Amino acid sequence: MADLESFRAWVADASATLTDQAEHLTDLDRAIGDGDHGTNMARGFAACAALDPEAGYNGIDAYLKMVGMTLVSTVGGASGPLYGTFFLRLAGPLAAADEVGVHQVGQALRAGVEGVVARGKAQLGDKTMYDALAPALEAFDEASRDGQDLASCLEAAALAAAAGRDATEPLVARKGRASYLGERSAGHIDPGASSATLLIEAAARTLV
Amino acid sequence: MKKLLNDPADVVAEALAGMAAAHPDRLRVDLEHRLVLRAGGPVRGKVAVVSGGGSGHEPLHAGYVGLGMLDAACCGEVFTSPVPGQVVAATRATDGGAGVLHVVKNYTGDLLNFEMAAEIVAAGVDGPPVELAHVVTDDDVAVEDSTWTIGRRGVGVTVLLEKIVGAAAEERWPLDRCHALAERVNRQGRSMAMALTSCTVPAAGRPTFELGEDEMELGVGIHGEAGRATVPVAPAREVAASLVSAVRSDLGLRRGESVLALVNGLGGTPLLELYVMAHEVHRLLAGAGVGVARSLVGNYVTSLEMAGCSVTLLRADEELLRLYDAPVNTPGLRWGV
Repeated sequence: MADLESFRAWVADASATLTDQAEHLTDLDRAIGDGDHGTNMARGFAACAALDPEAGYNGIDAYLKMVGMTLVSTVGGASGPLYGTFFLRLAGPLAAADEVGVHQVGQALRAGVEGVVARGKAQLGDKTMYDALAPALEAFDEASRDGQDLASCLEAAALAAAAGRDATEPLVARKGRASYLGERSAGHIDPGASSATLLIEAAARTLV
Repeated sequence: MKKLLNDPADVVAEALAGMAAAHPDRLRVDLEHRLVLRAGGPVRGKVAVVSGGGSGHEPLHAGYVGLGMLDAACCGEVFTSPVPGQVVAATRATDGGAGVLHVVKNYTGDLLNFEMAAEIVAAGVDGPPVELAHVVTDDDVAVEDSTWTIGRRGVGVTVLLEKIVGAAAEERWPLDRCHALAERVNRQGRSMAMALTSCTVPAAGRPTFELGEDEMELGVGIHGEAGRATVPVAPAREVAASLVSAVRSDLGLRRGESVLALVNGLGGTPLLELYVMAHEVHRLLAGAGVGVARSLVGNYVTSLEMAGCSVTLLRADEELLRLYDAPVNTPGLRWGV
């Protein structure tokens, strides 16, 4: 079961990881985008990690909404609205819960990923964060149907996200700035799929 | 990286403070929301024209705030779109009761943030309802337009659109007419750019892409996104020929038509060279029987210190020319006042 403290730990872990990996993400973005993804993500998640635990939220859903709004207002670019929407939608299925288990986290993950698709209109294979999130969600659901616990489901999701991220390398981008490169976007791993994977990996370390 | 900066993280805020200091008669700066607002606004009964985008393209957009052009510009981090809170604040600060037109360049980040802002304003939780419309500029012919991609980028036409629609708003055209005019300007204009050098985002500290001493990038974007191809450096007349022919054929310009021509520097190319390009562009158009009704040469949509230029052609007609000639008083464009 995961409680508010676990979710706070997730955001703190994501912030530390994204700060640590900022340069790597920015390098990936420099190859097929405009070279600011690492900086922007690190800035946004640092603001989320710095949210005052005493201020205005009591409960997991209120906290996740605040994280979403913070990302929307600090990240900028396309990543701000996309990751912001992900967290805002995650909150929905977790309303009024102090502790959540594998079933609710699965529902929340689905709502979050659907929010990303509704906002960004990406399809599988467009070379975006969705290429990591979609397989992560699928792996989580499959592990959940097999009766595995939350930690195992998230581990499966993290592995699937990483595989999805790696599979973006040969793809030609059809969304975002990388799409301007056309065929030249092939041969590079997508920065959005990379940051999404880091986020799911952080969840696997903390939401237990 | 060698730049005139203090802390790279403060570049946008400090530049805005500089604009406030330099233009107190024309501009008001909201440092909290990073907005540049027209002094004395909102103007009652006038449609407010609001734009915004990443910083690093100056004078676009903040330099085009003032009489006859924009009512507000939302300034994002360098090459990063503004966030919805900024757009909401700009919309609320400029609404004079006649509605607000958002001018958005076609980039995923700008689209999503303006879209979220419009949803927040429409939800009306933070204030009274505001009549909203938006236009998306997408004039860059270097990007292939297809239903599978995000489509063309918004570049040079954005300046001409903000000028022309700003004039219409100043004449108290209602929102629906301003919107239709904006759509028309976007449809009638096309651009293409080339770069001789890359540029360095202050926070990144390193050039966005690499370009060899003897190479140039054809069809480059205004964030240093690569374009159609990396090719050997060529004389200005050949560069002008590839830009003009790409724009002219996409626009379907015929003999006898006339255009507004913008020869735009990307930030690091001297005016001397831009005028060499302007000469070539005018010569090519004359050869094709296309008249140049109005001409603008200089740095209007830049990409930090990138060397290079873009060519924008806007098919001219009487109405557009009249609105283009109307008075404007902004830091970036000023005539008739």
